Amino acid sequence: MDYLINILLLAVGTALINNFILHYFVGICPFIGVSRRVDMAFGMGAAVTFVMTVAVLLSWLLTGYILQPGAPLSTWLWRTFGGDASVTVDLTILNYIVYIFVIAFAVQLVEMYVRKFFPPLYKAFGVFLPLITTNCAILFACLEIMKHVGGAQYWDIGTSLVYAVAGGAGFTLAIVIMAGIREELDHADVPKPLHGPGITLIIAGILALAFMGFTGVDKNLRAKLVKDDSGAPAAKSPQKAQKPAAPAIMEQ
Amino acid sequence: MSNGGPTAFERFINGILPENPVYRQVLGTCPTLAVTNGMRSGMTMAAAVLFVMICSNIIVSLIRGLLRPHLRILVFTLTIATFVTVADRVLAAYMYDMSRQLGPYIPLIIVNCIIICRCEVCASKQGVWRSAWDAIGQGLGFALALASICTVREVLGNGTWFDIPLGWHNADQYKWIVMILPPGAFITLGVLMGLVNWFGESRARKQARAAQAQLEPVEAR
Repeated sequence: MDYLINILLLAVGTALINNFILHYFVGICPFIGVSRRVDMAFGMGAAVTFVMTVAVLLSWLLTGYILQPGAPLSTWLWRTFGGDASVTVDLTILNYIVYIFVIAFAVQLVEMYVRKFFPPLYKAFGVFLPLITTNCAILFACLEIMKHVGGAQYWDIGTSLVYAVAGGAGFTLAIVIMAGIREELDHADVPKPLHGPGITLIIAGILALAFMGFTGVDKNLRAKLVKDDSGAPAAKSPQKAQKPAAPAIMEQ
Repeated sequence: MSNGGPTAFERFINGILPENPVYRQVLGTCPTLAVTNGMRSGMTMAAAVLFVMICSNIIVSLIRGLLRPHLRILVFTLTIATFVTVADRVLAAYMYDMSRQLGPYIPLIIVNCIIICRCEVCASKQGVWRSAWDAIGQGLGFALALASICTVREVLGNGTWFDIPLGWHNADQYKWIVMILPPGAFITLGVLMGLVNWFGESRARKQARAAQAQLEPVEAR
């Protein structure tokens, strides 16, 4: 039960409070570029969610078993081929390169799979699928996984997958809201220098202000859930609540 | 392939203002928004991007004969990832606090559209010398854009510049906290982009008027 509550809170926190676009500023390029029409925005969001889930799954496995210091698979290989047993095998320096490979691989995989089994969906995704390789949001999710697999707050594979899906859902939510606003914006009289990215950014700022209203939602939710569950006074949330607004800090 | 197109110096100048990566091409907005709540972090980021861009442009330019069309983006990103790892390790070793503050945004340089764009547009077609100058110009343009956003956000939000108090309000008392938080980044960049466009347009209009004024006496005759 505790695990479920933690996962639920993580999902809410990732999708709403620490929204990928409006809080961490990752994935801004598609947010500005592909937010002209709602259906396109939704397609982009779905594609990103899809790829993010696959990439997070792969990078969790790779980080846990090969890359992190003392990982089982790489240590076993090192020992098998006569390496010094007292040495801790640490491949973290390869992290970024491996993640890029994983993302490119995931994009290719998803592209082939979708083309084979869901041709209409493939047509709907169109050019967005290859573009996702260079989407910061996916790499950001992989980096978060890296931080939490080796770090203090351990995420198991289920938590990581929930993180990916919720992050993708938050991305989709933000980009679809933005596309809805921009469709209406066609009828508005925007000053000429602000046309295009300018007004989009200002609207995104207002949207981010609105999303700031979600701060603390997870804390209250937790208090409620925990009280209903055991009748005990609400425990202080150690997870995501009251996270400072500054960019996340990477534990190395 | 190295003939034609702008010369090294033109590319250098182009990067700084006429084709400024942030304001004109609207690339690399993720780090632009994320690290600009202070001048110090912004300039560290700009330096890291400059370093990565120069190195990867040179390498890509050297191997441009070997590139295959369908694999080139992957080659670009892997080259960039290598240099980003170098930059990340150097920052973690010599500027530990800054490295912690910038957090995931240093590794995110890998997918920074500016660098991939420069590799694609310039380095994979031009010689080493031009590519290097192109990278320096674009890097300085990026630094300039970051500096302008950082200045607005830090002065309005914190009342400091490079962490030096400007002395026009008490620290902690009147902070425009929204400017430091994410919404301030979006709004600042949007307004600044509008201003840059406006100046550009009014300058173009003035030039057009000057050109017309030169033509008029000819027509009068």
